[in-house]
Amino acid sequence: MSIAEPHSESSSNGHSSAASALSSAALRQLIIYFGAAIAGCTLLMFALHYLASAFSSGSTTAIAVDPENNSISIYLKEEPPSLNSTITTDSVSGMVLNHVMEGLLRMSVDDKLEAGIAERWEVTPTHATFWLRDNALWSDGQPITAADFIFSWTTALRPETASEYAFLLYSIKNGRAVNEGTMPAEALGVSAPDPHTLVVELEQPMAFFDKTVVFPTFFPIREDFYNATNGRFGADAHELLFSGPFKLTSWVHGSSLLFEKNPNYWDKDRIKLDQINVAYITQDANAAINFFKDGKVAFTTLGAENLIEAQRQGWPIKRNQDGTLFFLEFNHRDERLTRNWNLRRAMQLVLDMDELVYKVTKLPGFKPGVSIFPEWLMGTNAPLREEYPPPQLRLDTAKAREHLALAKEELGLDEWPPIVLLTSDSPVSNIQSEWVQEALKSKLGLTIKIDKQIFKQRLAKMTAGEFDILLAGWGPDYNDPLTFGDLFASWNLNNRGRYMSDENDRLVREAQGSTDTKTRMDAFGKIQHVLFDDVALLPMFERGVTYAVHPQLKGLKRRVIGADTDYTNAYIDTSAGGQ
Amino acid sequence: MWRYMLKRLALSVVTIWFIATATFFGMHAVPGDPLTSDKATSAKIRANLEAKYGLDKPLTTQYLVFLRNLSQGDLGISFTQENRRVNDIIREHFPVSATLGILAVVFAGLGGVLWGALTALYRNRLPDTIIMFLVILGISVPSFVIAAIGQLSLVNLNNLAGTSILPVGGWGTVQHMILPAMVLGLSTMAYLTRLMRSSMLEIVNSDYIRTANAKGLPSTQVFSRHQLPNAVLPVVTVLGPAIASITTGGFVVEIVFAIPGLGRYFVQAVQQLDYTVIMGTTVFFGAFLVFMVIVVDLFYGWIDPRVRLD
Amino acid sequence: MRAADAFTPLAQDQAAAISSRPSLSYWQDAWRRLQQNKRAIFSLYLIIGLLAFTFIGPMIWTVDPSSQDVDQISIAPGADRSAILVKDYEPWYGELSEDFVANDNAVGLTFAVAPSTQSVRLSWQAQGERAAGGYRIYRNLFPITAGRSLGLPLAETQSLYFEDRLDLRPIDYYYSVVALNKRGEDSDLVATLSTTVTRVITRREAERRGLLGAAEQVAYGHEFQLKLHPLGTDYLGRDMLSRLMHGARVSLFIGLFAPILYILFGVLYGSVAGFVGGLTDQLMMRFADFVVALPFLLFMILFKVIFGIGPGESGIMPMLVAMVVLLWPAAARLVRGQVLQIREEGYIGASRLLGAKTPYLLLRHMIPNTMGVILVTVTFAVPSAIFTEAFLSFIGMGVAPPTPSWGSMCNEGIKTMLTHPHELIFPALFISVTVLAFNLLGDGLRDALDARMRNRE
Repeated sequence: MSIAEPHSESSSNGHSSAASALSSAALRQLIIYFGAAIAGCTLLMFALHYLASAFSSGSTTAIAVDPENNSISIYLKEEPPSLNSTITTDSVSGMVLNHVMEGLLRMSVDDKLEAGIAERWEVTPTHATFWLRDNALWSDGQPITAADFIFSWTTALRPETASEYAFLLYSIKNGRAVNEGTMPAEALGVSAPDPHTLVVELEQPMAFFDKTVVFPTFFPIREDFYNATNGRFGADAHELLFSGPFKLTSWVHGSSLLFEKNPNYWDKDRIKLDQINVAYITQDANAAINFFKDGKVAFTTLGAENLIEAQRQGWPIKRNQDGTLFFLEFNHRDERLTRNWNLRRAMQLVLDMDELVYKVTKLPGFKPGVSIFPEWLMGTNAPLREEYPPPQLRLDTAKAREHLALAKEELGLDEWPPIVLLTSDSPVSNIQSEWVQEALKSKLGLTIKIDKQIFKQRLAKMTAGEFDILLAGWGPDYNDPLTFGDLFASWNLNNRGRYMSDENDRLVREAQGSTDTKTRMDAFGKIQHVLFDDVALLPMFERGVTYAVHPQLKGLKRRVIGADTDYTNAYIDTSAGGQ
Repeated sequence: MWRYMLKRLALSVVTIWFIATATFFGMHAVPGDPLTSDKATSAKIRANLEAKYGLDKPLTTQYLVFLRNLSQGDLGISFTQENRRVNDIIREHFPVSATLGILAVVFAGLGGVLWGALTALYRNRLPDTIIMFLVILGISVPSFVIAAIGQLSLVNLNNLAGTSILPVGGWGTVQHMILPAMVLGLSTMAYLTRLMRSSMLEIVNSDYIRTANAKGLPSTQVFSRHQLPNAVLPVVTVLGPAIASITTGGFVVEIVFAIPGLGRYFVQAVQQLDYTVIMGTTVFFGAFLVFMVIVVDLFYGWIDPRVRLD
Repeated sequence: MRAADAFTPLAQDQAAAISSRPSLSYWQDAWRRLQQNKRAIFSLYLIIGLLAFTFIGPMIWTVDPSSQDVDQISIAPGADRSAILVKDYEPWYGELSEDFVANDNAVGLTFAVAPSTQSVRLSWQAQGERAAGGYRIYRNLFPITAGRSLGLPLAETQSLYFEDRLDLRPIDYYYSVVALNKRGEDSDLVATLSTTVTRVITRREAERRGLLGAAEQVAYGHEFQLKLHPLGTDYLGRDMLSRLMHGARVSLFIGLFAPILYILFGVLYGSVAGFVGGLTDQLMMRFADFVVALPFLLFMILFKVIFGIGPGESGIMPMLVAMVVLLWPAAARLVRGQVLQIREEGYIGASRLLGAKTPYLLLRHMIPNTMGVILVTVTFAVPSAIFTEAFLSFIGMGVAPPTPSWGSMCNEGIKTMLTHPHELIFPALFISVTVLAFNLLGDGLRDALDARMRNRE
């Protein structure tokens, strides 16, 4: 019989009874602490609130559609990085700028070029002339003159401004030279015979020069105001002067922006909304949908996974193509396997972009890619793709395998080494690259290594050509097929795979140099065949956006070029049912 | 004491200088640079950009320029937020992150201590089991899921009630803070709960508790005078760095609830390789962390006099 | 009063004097106590189960985790799998069969052929001037009621036919065609038609999926059972069960080894700093502050460059090293705090007086006495390591696709949380079970290793 056991039992009994006596008393104590903690927390929150409000201004209040104040609330996916029109490059800043600024010309509701600050214009092979309105005023009431355009354009071209989009101004005589610092800014081929006439000398004949001036880089800036901001032009709401439909009256960084109708805008009768309140800045798509559902914003983008909920709620759903083409770009450098045409052709014959769009991406508005020219581009009289039908592709795995065998022979390979597919880290390209990987593996037996890189590292690899296949996208800079057409010209720096074809280069030069629409469109029609036959790229899809709008908000416009989204023609229709 | 503080401050400055130096050279060793963008730029435009931001100078020169500006409190101008000074970015957005972070830490700390004490008292019984499962759920589900679910539930609640009970996002009033702070503090609270439980259990068996019980001290006193302060020590240790990490790591919550905090600038700056913002936020957060650690160390000596600071 | 002889001396019993308990070493004792802890034993079974799932599972369920079944994308567990064999897909340009009869609704909207998951072909009658802007086609999952939107706008067209191929599932759809005015806005002229779509599979797809031999003669219209996916499929039609099994390797590896390694280092570092104290402690802890303050993401990218991980290569080991290098300070700080407290305890002084050397004191007294907080930290580091792996893989720094991991499956599942919850719930469940198992085991170990618990039970 051991003596240890009874001892141990009594000890553990004693221990547990002591613990329970302790626990009931301690529980009471804990409850008191808990109450005190909640009270303390509440106090702390108020204290912090007053502390925080001392530092930052304004709190978020949002009503999706407010007929009383004739205002709407929306969200932006990120803070506008730069509202200085000479250096801005991104779409969010572009959206904001297109609401507060107007250039010489603008895009109409029907996506046609129409008069803006300039009431009429004329483009000849050597010159472009714009006649400005007498009643066009800055938001402080002073007239907008040709000098404001000249100042803004020369500023954008000055080397010290370091504008990335300065190249858009190279179409102006001596534009490139000024930007490269070999000529003074005064040498730029622009002049103002009188304050309301702007004459532009062109570097070479350019049929679509007028189409490029809607871009923010061409917006006017008044010199005295710019100099008064002391290098902080566009950094805050009060560091900006407006020529467009709205004024930016408040900009709380990272949080909110407020647009108010500009009473000095020459075409103010066109503008129906008094206020646009950017109440939230978030890149989280689900958060935006929640704000919409909660009646805080009048507009939200929808992902494929939100469509069921949107239909259940009966939201008005709309779709639009945003103009961007996504494609697989091959690396044509000598040391890369993808320089082999048979290999590229084999891939072309097995990748079913219909499957990608209809079963994997699952968003209406996305179109399977068939050509380097997206569907929305206009030809001579009708859409380019109607006038020049793109080549038809018939998928054929058996034929693809024959090409693959040929490629293997030509390259002198025993085994196919892995092929590197460079992609970004976005969830969408993630899915797409995994789809490509599996399709090429299951149909051709090729091993694809996905090289996922975050933004800047991916750009570094793209520039250095460290890839076999690149998952790339291209959005238009201006409304002319050339913005896509010259992408694979051998001198184009955006031709990341160094594709080189004399035929393609000749056609691009023809399209660039000619002012005859028919000649140019013929060239584009041929370019899409050359690139297809050479398998310079594999168009994957044309991106679309699917979105929901508040039932009472009408006249919202989405665009391929210019402000996307555009509220300048929007209005509140109270007769339509509430949400 | 004052000598100790002085020594600590001197060491802190050295620490921050180390942080700044390592980050500076680390950042420049990473491939890519802040000036590239989706569309290729010509060599000339690139040269203009480099000249504008001083990236054309040798790295050591850039480093010296950075140090000189830093010593004058100037953190430079952001690459991605054109014309915006990094000082302004920190000044405008840090108070927001700090408010949210402090609230979350207080929430996590109080909750953790209370739930932890409760689970220790009811060890292996029902309340312990329930809280344990909640804790495991709280840490096994990533914070953005919790944030998304929290926000969605609030939307549905608002829709059900027909009015706005709490705002779903944005910033400015106390109501805006409640849900984000809770979501942000949740995983830390779960951790502190378990930590508290564990250290409570160790103390229940210690000699001084037995002595206190034996000498007839009322059990409430034993609990509040002996057990709680001693058990709370590891919690305090964790809390200091937790404030720093919660304040900097509010990225997900800031995005989901559209809160203009510094956390998202910090994360985006790394992705964009925005050199000046990376340096500014890292140095600032480093200084903040070092400061919090000093505060915790002082607090430590105060809570437990046995702990010698020197 | 009894006589003195009332007490008889007991025969001397050697055995009683010796403790009946065999002498146990610290570790033997700990093991004995662990075995008595039911929760700990349960957790051991859970861990064995997880290991079996990871290593034996793939031998039994041999489905390729990267094979994509595009006919069954995002299918919930237990969904109907029957499909009817049809001809390979041919593009359609609006041709109608000879026996086609249009419906007599507002625009004469009719299905040109029986709707299937391959395509739904709509045809309608010209509306002349009333459709100056063409037609817009909508699709809805719910019956159309007045005042609500018509659903999903699929396309705008000038033609009198439309083929829908977008994500068709074997359910009910309500199609509407609206005539558009000149400005491209919806007019009042609208017709709606509902249908139940049948699931089909083309001959080519059936062959590709191995449901049909290349030379096999099966009549069109034959009903097949598509491949079974017991836990459903993900956003690319990949088998969830198989992905969970293969993902377990990465997640359990990184989820266990990373925390154990970096916390082990942290414990050693922290206990030395706390124990030695003075300037050494100051310098060591300032170095810890320095490591904590480094931007994690930036240095992860740097590590990837330093380790020279090529495109698409698996970077698990570098990731492990990087996590150890960057994540130890939290544990070090915690343990140092505990050691600062413990080193003032009486028994440390006693042990020191008895001539104990520093390593002995550290290993025998300090670390076992901080075991409680260490184990909590380890168990909590498990899910955070799993999610860190997922985050790093997402930005291209961990495992290369298509290798799955639980964390990245969770990340992907969040997007479809409301529509296909199984894509989030299953990986989250496995992570929870892992965390639960290690929490219970940690608790059991804590009780078992706690020196003060010795001889108490």
